Amino acid sequence: MIRIANGQGFWGDSVDAPARLAREGPLDYLTLDYLAEVTMSIMQKLKRRDPTAGYATDFVDLMRRILPDLVEKDIRVVANAGGVNPQACLRAVLDAARNAGVRGLRVGVVLGDDILDRLGPLLAEGVTLANMDDGRPLSVIRDRVLAANVYISSFPIAQALQMGARIVLTGRCTDPGLVVGPMIHELGLAPDDCDRLAAGTVAGHIIECGAQCTGGNFSRWWEVKGWDHLGYPVVEMSEDGTFVVTKHEGTGGLVTVDTVAEQLLYEMGDPKGYITPDVVADFTSIRLDQDGPDRVKVSDVRGRPATDTCKVSIAYLAGYSATGQLTVSGPQAVEKARVAADALWGRLERAGMKYEETRTELLGAGVVHGAIAPPTAQPVEVILRVGVKDSDKNNVERFGREIAPLVTSGPPGITGFAGGRPRASEVIAFWPALIPKELVKTEVRVEEV
Amino acid sequence: MKRIPLYRMAHARSGDKGDASNVGLIAYDDEGFRIIRSEVTAARVKTHFGGIVRGNVDRYEVANLRALNFILHDALGGGGSASLWTDAQGKTHGMALLRMEIDVPDDYRLPKIAGGGPADYPGPGAGGRPA
Repeated sequence: MIRIANGQGFWGDSVDAPARLAREGPLDYLTLDYLAEVTMSIMQKLKRRDPTAGYATDFVDLMRRILPDLVEKDIRVVANAGGVNPQACLRAVLDAARNAGVRGLRVGVVLGDDILDRLGPLLAEGVTLANMDDGRPLSVIRDRVLAANVYISSFPIAQALQMGARIVLTGRCTDPGLVVGPMIHELGLAPDDCDRLAAGTVAGHIIECGAQCTGGNFSRWWEVKGWDHLGYPVVEMSEDGTFVVTKHEGTGGLVTVDTVAEQLLYEMGDPKGYITPDVVADFTSIRLDQDGPDRVKVSDVRGRPATDTCKVSIAYLAGYSATGQLTVSGPQAVEKARVAADALWGRLERAGMKYEETRTELLGAGVVHGAIAPPTAQPVEVILRVGVKDSDKNNVERFGREIAPLVTSGPPGITGFAGGRPRASEVIAFWPALIPKELVKTEVRVEEV
Repeated sequence: MKRIPLYRMAHARSGDKGDASNVGLIAYDDEGFRIIRSEVTAARVKTHFGGIVRGNVDRYEVANLRALNFILHDALGGGGSASLWTDAQGKTHGMALLRMEIDVPDDYRLPKIAGGGPADYPGPGAGGRPA
């Protein structure tokens, strides 16, 4: 049986959770997921400014903190902390290990997901990278592309582990792949072992968002206890591909068939075909059983052979946006917020400003659920939240200057203008495409301190 | 028939996929799943969300989990960093679907849910509404 945990669901998740996982219970693998689509484009921007940047710096801080625990307890780490600069991340981790006095530690890196520099040659070769959703050719956004990354398979991760790496860094692999990689390595899975690859994929999907399967975001939240020391998930994987989702003893949270079922459906498309570069997993085959307190057994996972393409995520600049907010107190908070909003938009119109998109929200008076949940009483206060989007950055900056004046030139009792004028920030959009697998060139390197 | 909110018989979670959100709706028991399978249609979900969902709604069955999975297209104001909406990721759509009221047979016994939530949320014992 292999114990695989996830201590990070996104860049910005708990800084203590992974350290606690390494210290508070038995573990073989600690996986850490730092990447979201938008994270990749932010990292690409950082790298353009500084060639040594572009990876999850939190990861290096974490390694400094827990390397002694990892060595002592023989825990291996698999993390997509490499972002758009896995080699710089590798160097930073090796430096951190050296400075901590660690010797003989092997760190591996998986390269080849970043195809930003290959876009020209690929298009010339006839790879269209057309938009998966609407078929438009890449030329529509070609001059605005910021990042292009292939979701690569989990087999190179296993290869790095095979080469003795105790820490494996990747760029853009799939989120469940962080779990599938160790499983391939430990159980010696071949690419045609579809059911067990699917089981690993399902296990990875369940734990990839950290505490979302251990009580976080659970509908019956009032049943969850110990929010201040919520346990992060641990998968106990058996050789036959059945596994138990649990958490370390003494931690807060809740692992039940219900908390796990909710996470199985999280960000789900067609449940019969969950496609990764490793396998196509069938979520309609899965069986869940409570296996004692805070233990859920997952079995009967079925998979089909992988497709012959990999998904590519291409980030591009799609204009600028800014949002700002003010707190409007009562009496008559809603009416006053409406007057303030009308004043704002009227003043911008008089200034000659036009926007491709605007947004006005009266938070507290029924926004996120809209007409589904109209407010039952006059709120004692509301937050007026306004935003604009436009391809002209100057127009967006001009909007940012029009919010603060409402405190003195609007209805009474408006406050909460903190943090200065909202600045125009780049809007990043995503272009999903496919690339034939034979054109994806991955490379594994392992170095030792 | 009696009319009840979905949260008395099911739980849910939502997330985003580009400019679409997905909502997984899970019944607490087999009878509840039979009911939501016939009552909570894609068209009904589209109507429930009104102005929030501008595109179509797709529905998938996940009978092994007593669940339905809904994809709400064009429901996030552009999605991700391209959206000006507070809920740009559909995080609140699961709770919004649980507010939907449906007709259930009079003899359908509502599942027992431990109380302790807000008055308008859970089943027996809370909010003065017995099972």
